[in-house]
Amino acid sequence: MNIRQLKKRSEYEWVIQREGKMRVPAVIVADETLIREMDEKVREQAGNVCALPGIVKACYVMPDAHWGYGFPIGGVAAFDADKGGVVSAGGVGFDISCGVRTLLTGLALDDIESVKKKLADMLARKIPAGVGSRGKLRLTPATMDDMLSGGARWAVKNGYGTNEDLERIEEHGCMAGAKPLFVSDQAKKRQRDEVGTLGSGNHYLEIQLIAEIFDEKIADIFGLKKGQIAISIHCGSRGLGHQIGTDYLKKMVTDAKSLGIDLPERELACAPLNSSLGKHYLGAMRAGINCALANRQVLTHLLRETFADILPKANLKLMYDVSHNTCKLERHHVNGKTKDLFVHRKGATRSFGPGYPELTGQLKKTGQPVLIGGTMGTASYVLAGTSESASIAFASSCHGAGRSMSRHQAKRQWRGQDVMNSLASRGILIRSPSFRGVAEEAPGAYKDVTAVVEAAHQANLSCKVAKLKPLICIKG
Amino acid sequence: MVGIIVAGDTVTARWEHFEHRADIGIRGIAATKEEAFEQTAVALTAVITEPALVEPEEKIEISCRASDEEMLLIDWLSKLLYEMDTRKMLFSRFEVRIEQDVLTAAAWGEKTDVSKHRPAVEVKAATYTSLSVRQQQDQTWLAQCVVDV
Repeated sequence: MNIRQLKKRSEYEWVIQREGKMRVPAVIVADETLIREMDEKVREQAGNVCALPGIVKACYVMPDAHWGYGFPIGGVAAFDADKGGVVSAGGVGFDISCGVRTLLTGLALDDIESVKKKLADMLARKIPAGVGSRGKLRLTPATMDDMLSGGARWAVKNGYGTNEDLERIEEHGCMAGAKPLFVSDQAKKRQRDEVGTLGSGNHYLEIQLIAEIFDEKIADIFGLKKGQIAISIHCGSRGLGHQIGTDYLKKMVTDAKSLGIDLPERELACAPLNSSLGKHYLGAMRAGINCALANRQVLTHLLRETFADILPKANLKLMYDVSHNTCKLERHHVNGKTKDLFVHRKGATRSFGPGYPELTGQLKKTGQPVLIGGTMGTASYVLAGTSESASIAFASSCHGAGRSMSRHQAKRQWRGQDVMNSLASRGILIRSPSFRGVAEEAPGAYKDVTAVVEAAHQANLSCKVAKLKPLICIKG
Repeated sequence: MVGIIVAGDTVTARWEHFEHRADIGIRGIAATKEEAFEQTAVALTAVITEPALVEPEEKIEISCRASDEEMLLIDWLSKLLYEMDTRKMLFSRFEVRIEQDVLTAAAWGEKTDVSKHRPAVEVKAATYTSLSVRQQQDQTWLAQCVVDV
C-alpha cells in the first residue's frame, strides 16, 4: 500500500481520510513496514466499509490485514442500530466464529518426545480433518436445534467436556440470542455429521511448546509455563456456517435496493439491524457461533481421549477459546457516551482488557487471552487484552499471520513433501491427507507473524504474554 | 493450472485459476454461456483435486434460479458445494442448461476417497469477488469468481 495516501496519527495509527461516500475515516493500526506490504485493496475495502449506514467512529484495520470479501480480513467496524446501522453477512464471512482455542497439558517437552510420532499418527487418525470427513456424531433435527442454541454448553451437557471448560470460552460457551429457526434446512443438513470435524485450509490442530514468556505475571494466571506443552485448535462453524453465509449474503444482495441500501460492492451486502432480515441474520449467525463453539468442544473431547490413551498423566485444561469472525453486541464508550454497538470483527480477535464486566474470575484482572495462530513452521502467540484497546479499535486485536502469497503461487513455489521434510528436520511433524494442501499452507506463504504480533503489542491492541512453537501439526 | 477440453471442431472450452492473495479465482471460458458455467465447475473441482482423478460414475441433478446471470453462477457453484458436502462427493463432468433465469444441470462424480483424490482443500463458498459472466469481444463466454477456501 502506498503510505503517502495515509495520514500518520502515530507510529501505529495511520488514517485513511474521509472522501467520497465514506461517512467516517478508517484507521490502520500497524507499523509502516506492515502497511507497505498490505494490498492496495485493503485501503479500498476499508473505505467501502466506512460508507455503510450507521457506522460509528471509524473502520479499524488490524496489523495482519489483507484483501478480503467486502470487508478486509482484519477489519473491525461497529454499527449503531438507532442510527440506521447495519449487520453485514460479508462483515462476518463464510466461516462464522472461526477461532482458536488453546489447552494446557501440564506436560513437559520430555514427556512427549518419546511418543511424538505415535501421538502425531494417532491424532491424524482420531481427528476428522479435510474434505469429505465426517464426525462421530449424527444429529437429528431436534438435537441440531439444541446444539445451535446451546453451543459448547450443549456439548458439555452431552458428555463432551466439563463445566470448568465453559468458564474459559467466550460467552461462557453459549451465544445468547441464537435462532435455529432462521438457519436454512440446507445449512442444518450440511452439519448433520460435521460436528467435531476440523475442516481444511488454514485450519489445524497443533501440539505446541511454550517457548517464551513475555509477561510472567499474566502467564502465571493463564497457566502458561515455559517448557510445557500446549495444544491449539483453529477451526470454525463448518458447513453450517458456510451455508448461513451463502444464504444470507444472497438475501442481502437481493434485498439491498428495497431496504434502501446503496452497496459499494455486492460482497458488503448488509441489512439494517432493525429490519427483519437483519434480525434473522443475527439469529442465524449466533446459531453459527454456537455451532463453532460446539465443534471446538467436541474436538477437545477427541483430543482428551487420544491423550488418555497415549499420555494418561496429561491433564488437558482449557486456557481459552476465542473467535475471530463474529458480530457481537457490546457496550462501548464513544465521545463520552455509553453505547450498545454491533461490532463486526472479520479476521480480528476480541481483546477485552482488565475489568471488563464480561470477564470473570482471574481474567478480570489480566484481560482476556487473545490467541494468535501462526503457521506450521513459525509460532503462535498468546496475548492479553489491554485497557487501551477499547479506545483504539473497539477492543480488538489481530488474529494471525495473514497470507502474503496466493495459494496458486505457493503451490508453484513449494512441493508439499519438501515442506514436510524440512519441517521434520526441525522437529515439527506434519500430518495431512494432501501434499498440495501442505504446499499451499507453507510457512513462507504467510507474513511474519512475529512482526504482526509486535505491532499489535506496540500499538496497545493487546500485550504479549507467551510464544508457542509447533511440534506436531494436523492439517485438514 | 489450466485445462483445455476441445469441444467441437474449432471452439475450445477451457478453465483456469486466477490469483487472489488469500484464496483462489476460478474461471470458465467457452463458446456458450452454458459451457462456460460447466468449465467453471471443473475449475472448482480443480481447487480441491485433479479433475481427471474423479470418475464420473454417479449422476446428480441440480437446478437453481436467480435474478441475473452472475447471481446464477453463484447459485450454481453454491449448490455444487452443498452437494459435495452433504453427499461427500467430488464431480468432474457437468451438463448445464440455462433458460432465462433458470439453470438446470447434471453433474457426474464419485464419493470422495482421500487416498485416491488427495483433496488439498475444502471450498467454503463462491464469493462475489471478481464475479463476472460476460460475452467477450471474440464472442466467447467467460464465467468467473473467487472462491473462499
